[in-house]
Amino acid sequence: MKSLMGLINLEHEHDFLKELTYFRCGAAVPFAGRYRLIDFTLSNMIQSRVKDVAIFCRSKYRSLMDHLGTGGNWELARRNGGLFILPPDFNDPTDISKGDLQYFHNNRDYFLRGSASHVVVSGSQFISNNDYQEAFQHHLKTNAEITLIYTKVDQFSDEHSPCLRAELDEDGWVTNLTNDKTNPCIYTGVYIINKDLLIGLVDDCIAHHKDHFFQHGIKDNISKLKVQTFEHKGYCAFINSVDSFFKHNMDLLSMDNYKSLFYKDSFIKTKNSNEPPTKYKDQAEVKGSLIANGCVINGVVEKSVLFRGVNVKEGASIKNSVIMQRCTIESGVHLENVILDKDVYVTAGQTLIGGKDQPFVVAKRKIM
Amino acid sequence: MKKECVAMLLAGGEGKRLGALTKNLAKPAVHFGGKYRIIDFTLSNCTNSGIHTVGVLTQYSPLVLNKHIGIGKPWDLDRQKDGVTILSPYTAKKGGSWYSGTADAIYQNIHFIDQYSPEYVLVISGDHIYQMNYNSLLNHHKENGADATISVMEVPLEDASRFGILNTTEDLRIYEFEEKPKEPKNNLASMGIYIFSWTTLRKYLLEDAELMHSSHDFGKDVIPAMLEDNLRLYAYRFEGYWKDVGTVQSYWEANMDLLEEDLTLSLNNKSWRTYSHDSNFPPQFTSEAAVVTQSLINSGCWICGTVKNSILFDNVTVHEGSSINQSILHPGVIINENVVLNRVIVMENTIIPANTHIYSNENGEPLVIDKNNIATILAEQGQLKGASK
Repeated sequence: MKSLMGLINLEHEHDFLKELTYFRCGAAVPFAGRYRLIDFTLSNMIQSRVKDVAIFCRSKYRSLMDHLGTGGNWELARRNGGLFILPPDFNDPTDISKGDLQYFHNNRDYFLRGSASHVVVSGSQFISNNDYQEAFQHHLKTNAEITLIYTKVDQFSDEHSPCLRAELDEDGWVTNLTNDKTNPCIYTGVYIINKDLLIGLVDDCIAHHKDHFFQHGIKDNISKLKVQTFEHKGYCAFINSVDSFFKHNMDLLSMDNYKSLFYKDSFIKTKNSNEPPTKYKDQAEVKGSLIANGCVINGVVEKSVLFRGVNVKEGASIKNSVIMQRCTIESGVHLENVILDKDVYVTAGQTLIGGKDQPFVVAKRKIM
Repeated sequence: MKKECVAMLLAGGEGKRLGALTKNLAKPAVHFGGKYRIIDFTLSNCTNSGIHTVGVLTQYSPLVLNKHIGIGKPWDLDRQKDGVTILSPYTAKKGGSWYSGTADAIYQNIHFIDQYSPEYVLVISGDHIYQMNYNSLLNHHKENGADATISVMEVPLEDASRFGILNTTEDLRIYEFEEKPKEPKNNLASMGIYIFSWTTLRKYLLEDAELMHSSHDFGKDVIPAMLEDNLRLYAYRFEGYWKDVGTVQSYWEANMDLLEEDLTLSLNNKSWRTYSHDSNFPPQFTSEAAVVTQSLINSGCWICGTVKNSILFDNVTVHEGSSINQSILHPGVIINENVVLNRVIVMENTIIPANTHIYSNENGEPLVIDKNNIATILAEQGQLKGASK
């Protein structure tokens, strides 16, 4: 039986969210009221019947590890297989590997021991609710060696500019991967690869002193490999800057986007909390917003995303903002176009207004 | 393995007076407070009090209850040697029988308690809403060198005849127990929470089991027998919120109580959390047209209408133009457009058709609406509306 194992490679995602990634890696950044970015790709893998998931993470992984724990919330706490969090531990004195190849080299056993025949690889910046099985079946049917998942966009925005574009022939085979800004076929960073090929390419890269598996192992060999594509349809987002982070939190306030991301056959899984239901008090006036559990609201909340356990006191008003876990907004405060990281305390009477396209970001645990 | 105190949680009751709410499940498993089931409060009390050995006695319709308790994970009761154990009635070499009373349920599980050779046994019910540190009760028991200690609370004297009333001396030693007295002598009502010294209780359970005419009940048989023998029984005064969710009216009231501001019981109390399962639904969505005040709303809710003084469990949808007041909506309920609900309880996954108005009779218990009776209730619509005016 052909099956998939998972790899989430965070090596190339450093500090791209400014204040929000001062103390955590991008994958651990809270998103959409109760999730962290990694939840989406992880849930997609589970949904695709992946039984083993390894995570390559180089730095600032404390909050990520705290979030993932044993993987139980994703049903990955299993007797066999499950979740493998693999921070750097590169102590082999004969090791000549560099970049992310160090991970592949030092954790070779993960791939060898897994019973799966194929590996689905992704980062954490592509947000969707997706069953990779479809892509996998396509991969098997076309007898491909690698299948890249791409999405076609109608409208370009800044979040697409760092993404590679796929040039395809009429049968969906990749002829080239470029930075052509006018090509709407955007590679999502998710691909499926035959496991033996992956190990072979890793060895080849290391032998030639390469330091970027996808770049040197796949992209540089694109003409020699059989690379297929599979199109992702439906809502998706690339979170690769504070702007795109803010924009997509706001986009989820549209009913269609919200339903398309959250109300599919499978739900996005995250770490369970034990927050009580949210309490709306007498003065609460909440409109067009996404509210997580455990909030106590006695003020005005408009077009905003409130994470778990936020306290909005009487007479406070919040507009177009993202307020993360356990923030307290005292009475009389007015917030507009701001992102408050966790545990921020805004004292009474303050007014904080950011730019519409440039939200004002407040780092974790600040007292304003 | 020795344990100082073992908790025995009585959860086998049918809760007849809860009507449709307990048609297919035991009373302790009934949904409560937007996210919880009634038993979560006592299980959380055990965890928060550091009592990690809990036997749950089940009998009536236990499927949902068993599934909910599972291995006790939400309450940190999934432990290697103790933790939570579900104790259902069983047959053995000498036959077997259903639990015929509260005392009989414990009697039939003496071997369970003996495994831990405890000093004390805490007997509690899975159908009360309260937050209580059982250690204070236990300390009170120890200080008095008591054989049994019963937790009591003051109730209004005019209500006292609905409770088991304890008559005590000034130092709270009990000399008389009256079940639902016509003319109560005081207002200290038993909360159905007992601590016994295990050797004493064990002896009395064995004796009680031999009595042909005993109803094998703590309140009716075991406690009176202990008083008869002049044992040291003490009352422990509990101050705080406590409610027996015995009827549809009290179920509704207890839910509404959670919307009060100055309740001693709080779901948001960080040092005394109430634990339960989390459904993993996405955050709740409120549309531009939504109006929500004085309500508890759980995740996965989708609100486009007006919700006031109500409790919404997970994944409830309220469509535009609808107005929900003083109502309790269980998980998965869908309220279509232009519906008005007033003081009703809607059970799991019920769909309320558009343009319907359902009110409960002001003088009666709140209506409980489920998939089976919705058609009948809608047929009686006109009549009900008239009655509410």
